[in-house]
Amino acid sequence: MTNAFLTGADAPTDMPLKRRLKRAERARQVEALALVLPLLAFLLFTFLGPIAGMLWRSVDDWEVRQVLPHTVAALADWDGKDLPDEQAYAALADDILAARAAGTIAVAAKRLNYALTGFRTILASTARNLKAAPDPGTAKETLGKINLAWRERAAWAAIKGAGGPMTSFYLLAALDLTRNVDGAIVAAPLDQAIYRDVFARTFIISFGVTALCLILGFPVAYLLATLPPRRSNLLIILVLLPFWTSLLVRTCAWIVLLQSNGVVNHSLRWLGIIDEPLRLIYNRFGVYVAMTHVLLPFMILPLYSSMKAISPAYMRAAASLGAPPVTAFLRIYLPQTLPGIGAGSLLVFILALGYYITPALVGGGADQMISYFIALYTTETANWGLASALGAVLLLATLLLGVVYGKLVHGQQVIGGMKN
Amino acid sequence: MLKLKVALGLAATFTAGALATAAQARDLTVVSWGGAYQDAQKKVYFEPFKKAAGILMNDESWDGGIGVLRAKVQGGAATWDVVQVESEELAVGCEEGLFEKIDYAKIGGEATYLPPSVNPCGVGAILYDFVLGYDKDKLKDAPKGWADFFDTKKYPGKRSLRQGPKTTLEIALIADGVAPKDVYKVLAADEGVERAFKKLDTIKNDIVWWKAGAQPPQLLASGEVAMTSVYNGRIDAANKNEKKNFGMVWDGALYTLDSWVILKGSSNKDGAYKFLDFVGKAENQAKLSENIAYGTSNRDAAALLQPAVLKDLPTAPDNMKNAVEINVAFWLENIDRLTERFNKWAAK
Repeated sequence: MTNAFLTGADAPTDMPLKRRLKRAERARQVEALALVLPLLAFLLFTFLGPIAGMLWRSVDDWEVRQVLPHTVAALADWDGKDLPDEQAYAALADDILAARAAGTIAVAAKRLNYALTGFRTILASTARNLKAAPDPGTAKETLGKINLAWRERAAWAAIKGAGGPMTSFYLLAALDLTRNVDGAIVAAPLDQAIYRDVFARTFIISFGVTALCLILGFPVAYLLATLPPRRSNLLIILVLLPFWTSLLVRTCAWIVLLQSNGVVNHSLRWLGIIDEPLRLIYNRFGVYVAMTHVLLPFMILPLYSSMKAISPAYMRAAASLGAPPVTAFLRIYLPQTLPGIGAGSLLVFILALGYYITPALVGGGADQMISYFIALYTTETANWGLASALGAVLLLATLLLGVVYGKLVHGQQVIGGMKN
Repeated sequence: MLKLKVALGLAATFTAGALATAAQARDLTVVSWGGAYQDAQKKVYFEPFKKAAGILMNDESWDGGIGVLRAKVQGGAATWDVVQVESEELAVGCEEGLFEKIDYAKIGGEATYLPPSVNPCGVGAILYDFVLGYDKDKLKDAPKGWADFFDTKKYPGKRSLRQGPKTTLEIALIADGVAPKDVYKVLAADEGVERAFKKLDTIKNDIVWWKAGAQPPQLLASGEVAMTSVYNGRIDAANKNEKKNFGMVWDGALYTLDSWVILKGSSNKDGAYKFLDFVGKAENQAKLSENIAYGTSNRDAAALLQPAVLKDLPTAPDNMKNAVEINVAFWLENIDRLTERFNKWAAK
């Protein structure tokens, strides 16, 4: 049927057009793929790879397995009800001697210290005092004498728990959970259970900042979109100006403005509005102010571009059909800005989730967001397992929110561009 | 397909090129802690060393963290050679094998240095204190110690401490009447930790937390806080360079030692040893103390200093009298647990 349209030199050999089209299509796809290949490779190396590595680190448990292999093997069948048998003690003595010779004691000690505070000392003192392999049958006695901890179940449970190859320890810790000596999942001790609060705080601050940006940014974007170009261009430069200043400088400027003897407090006192300086910084207020300021352009620009695309004729049409200004705004204008609101909110919210420097500089002790803890464990205490687990939980929570957002948007069928 | 091949070929060329560049010889890179301290080092260590040894050398700065060093060494092709590290980083990095073992024969022998600064993995750089700092122009009645730090009736105004449990808990206990030498004994028990947090509760709403060493002098200068914990050298530098009138209290000060290490696998080991030898010499170290009030590691450096300089150093006997060394072993074991505890407390 299709062949009927083809004549002359273009006439088919005997391949149907559909297949030829497909072939041409495929060639184009390969070409397109080749063009984006460098980008894909780049993303793989710099983005997906590290994320996969991070996720892996949050469950990877190699330290004890590598340093105390025989002990881990000997404990494989241990039921955890009583102290392990002589064989496990002998294996531990062998492993410790070997590890001391190889200089790897610290690697295992660090991991075990997470499970049981004080393990670093236990292992170090045992390694120092264990001169040679104990005679057969005396390992239990010898180790028990060197350090009383070897007469407790807790130390052995810690080794077994950290025996790998994979662990839920870090992920549980990131959710304020832990395993007790019998292996059951229980709530972490009250004075160490902080991460649920920190996650909640992170999301609350991010939501708050997003809402503030929207409230402040919407009128600005509207003004920019409706002014004649010459004047709006000038204003856009003002909006963009902060982009060209370092984040640190902007944050420090807020310190200068908001501190007790800062510009704001001085002015208020000079005007006689307050007697005592207000506490405007090193608390949640300072965090909201500084973060909103830093993130505002990310809200204004998407809003501006969606508003710019709205023809003024729509509002005039609504008015001519008898809609009062408020109704016209709510039913005609606002729905058309939803793509911009969605894009801006998502951008601001996700950027806010990862904020670290700003809360660290203008926040108090109770205003640190999750990135602060991730950075702390990554660089300072080098507890990469916990840092990765916190990162994984944050990633998951963000993805979930993204899915919810996508569903909402999809349901409304308004934001066509966002889904792609 | 041709395009694909070209793209792949290009990618391969770039990667190979990048690797080749990374493997090329670098100039000796020394990493320190920035600010007034590194400025002083530049003047008396780095520039003179470059002239004397005829070696090309860069200096960079960092903010500490064993994770940073670990990533540098384990990532391969580290771009740093000599790094000044804090005592905890020295201990952990040494255990983990991140540093070259120091060959003391190449830097004048162990006997050249004060015993605490000799470590198989690093040689002492400076000794410094966390002291109580205040502005003499604003507080006429000089505070005497950490107990006054917690007395907001006698000394109204906010306070600043370093964010996190380290140094904060020690200071709280000393303020609560624990003798500096017993601080870690008390802190080892849970009751001790409780006691410290209880003491901190009394000024909780007045604390501004600082994170970087440059912050405390700024907080004092702006009048944001009345007193702060601060590195003694920063007070000294602010007084000298910015004509401030800051005071400090040595009683109950917490001191610690920074060391120079050579990162494992450094491609400039010879240059690194030449550098360590240069900065280990008594006459060079004496010049550092003259520029910023930190104690140094060479046995003979103090003898070259004027009494006026000596009395402001952490190593002066009067200043050492009631000071306590920050306990590395304690913090290595407890930092994770107490950080969580600290943040729980801070969020309450």
